[in-house]
Amino acid sequence: MKNKPLSAALVLVSLAVLVAIPFVAGRFTVYLAMRVMLLGIFAVGYNLLLGQTGLLAFGHGAFYAAGAYGMGFFWLHLSPHPLLGIAAGILAAAFLALLIGFFCVRHTEIYFAMLTLAFGMMVFSLIWNAREITGGDDGLVGIMRDPITFFGPWKIPIGKDIQYYYLVLFFFVLSVWVVHRIRSSPFGLVLAGIRENARRTEFAGLSVKRYRLAVFVLSAAFAGLAGSLEAMLESNARPFMAHWTHSANPILVSLLGGLHSLSGPIVGSLIFVAMREIVQRFTENWMLWFGIVLLIIILGFRGGVVGVVQHLVRRPQAAGGE
Amino acid sequence: MFIWLVASGLTLIFGVLGVLNFAHGSFYMLGAYFCFTVLRHLGENFWIGLLLGPLFVCATGLVVERFFLRRVYPLALPYQLLLTFAFVLIFDNLVKIAWGGGSLSPPSMDLFGGSIPIAGRKFPVYNLFIIAVGPLVAIGLWLMLERTWWGRIIRAASSDREMASALGVRVPALFTGVFVFGSWLGAVGGGLAVPYVGLLTPGMGDTIIIEAFIVAVIGGLGSLKGAFSAALIIGVLSAFGTRYFPAFDMFLIFILMAAVLLWRPQGLFGEAR
Repeated sequence: MKNKPLSAALVLVSLAVLVAIPFVAGRFTVYLAMRVMLLGIFAVGYNLLLGQTGLLAFGHGAFYAAGAYGMGFFWLHLSPHPLLGIAAGILAAAFLALLIGFFCVRHTEIYFAMLTLAFGMMVFSLIWNAREITGGDDGLVGIMRDPITFFGPWKIPIGKDIQYYYLVLFFFVLSVWVVHRIRSSPFGLVLAGIRENARRTEFAGLSVKRYRLAVFVLSAAFAGLAGSLEAMLESNARPFMAHWTHSANPILVSLLGGLHSLSGPIVGSLIFVAMREIVQRFTENWMLWFGIVLLIIILGFRGGVVGVVQHLVRRPQAAGGE
Repeated sequence: MFIWLVASGLTLIFGVLGVLNFAHGSFYMLGAYFCFTVLRHLGENFWIGLLLGPLFVCATGLVVERFFLRRVYPLALPYQLLLTFAFVLIFDNLVKIAWGGGSLSPPSMDLFGGSIPIAGRKFPVYNLFIIAVGPLVAIGLWLMLERTWWGRIIRAASSDREMASALGVRVPALFTGVFVFGSWLGAVGGGLAVPYVGLLTPGMGDTIIIEAFIVAVIGGLGSLKGAFSAALIIGVLSAFGTRYFPAFDMFLIFILMAAVLLWRPQGLFGEAR
């Protein structure tokens, strides 16, 4: 964003709206807002890979599922502490990404997409078939939200949806802030360099593979965070989180909002969830409409919604400056 | 062998157009559904269904390539993939609208009612017929690509688009033709699957496309020979998997794909790009 005061004001207003939602809106809106933020965390992290580094991965559902199942197993077998559970989910996703990424980052373009797709579906079929451990197609059910305890007697209850909402909001803001820092850090610039010209980056003495692996693991960690938060929201972990159709969601959302901005995936998540709810109210055929919108965006508005808005905001300014 | 048909269309389209078509599974599904509809309206003759059904899919493929895909050739890869993915969403949903969200079972057809005993076991004739169709299509494709004028032009355009165009080949029209032909192959696969699978569901394309991808990638994207051998390997492996490790049959296939991609990223028969 070029216009600093304007974007700062936008950030403050959105924050205020997010904080205020539980006070003014009904339970369903609160729930939807949480879904938007979960998808937002997933997409913002994912877009580090697609938008910043230019790598199309088609298997991030696996890391989402790793987060959810990691959280679920931790809750079932070790400790009901929510924050530790989330940490376990993130670690599980990051570790899985390290393992998968080690093989995938050797390739680019179509082969990278295919490899991540294959590994993602491998995770899916593992979850689906290892019924004794993962519950197969039923998933892990009955994950409860216990209060967050600190040392001593202090407790933060998150059992009610409104209480949980603020935990989700906290992680959402944290994620966006961290991704923002990453994007403007030297590390983020190297990633953009890899996107623009990988060979030249290599000649500059940087190990492109290592950077790719690092950003792969990072984006998977965000997917794991979103997954573990969803496991607590829906109180279950489902195998379809790892399915390739779910892996497509962050890609669609990033594209919808705009690939080359931080706010793109967030706006995209908002539109995605809102559109699904609205369209589903009138018709069952929401996939059809979504497909059509996707077509229009790919054919006509490749900057996404944010790109279009930025263009509109900038044009009058440019005209005024001359 | 259905997978071979679907994968052959997929790999042909990739080889010539350079587009990985997610919607190819939808063509398979549409082929099956159109075949089913033709069967229901024009009587029980399966062959008419198999002939007419895929023609509708060809028309669909024509529209997809001519009016949409053609515009994204110059764009980056993600856009091409996502465009075809948008069509997956659209077609899956349209099928739900047109034929209902539940599964349909086609009328039982006694085309090859009997079964032939081979080595002490009985094999339904239809299965044998399908086993025969696979290699026949393979030979037909090979003859077409290697021995005819059309095949020569297709090969020329796939190896050097600009040069072919400079030599007077109408490349855009050729691309449309290849895409339509590829979608026809997928649709025939779907049509042939109707009596065998015996159940049509709106999600049937999503499953087959992954398997077809795997076959095409293992064989080497763009290589028909590779797709054929990979389809055989996958078929045998999956049969063994179901027999000996029922829980992990798909898992084995994914392992194989990952191993092939790591060891020979261009696939078994692919050329390095």
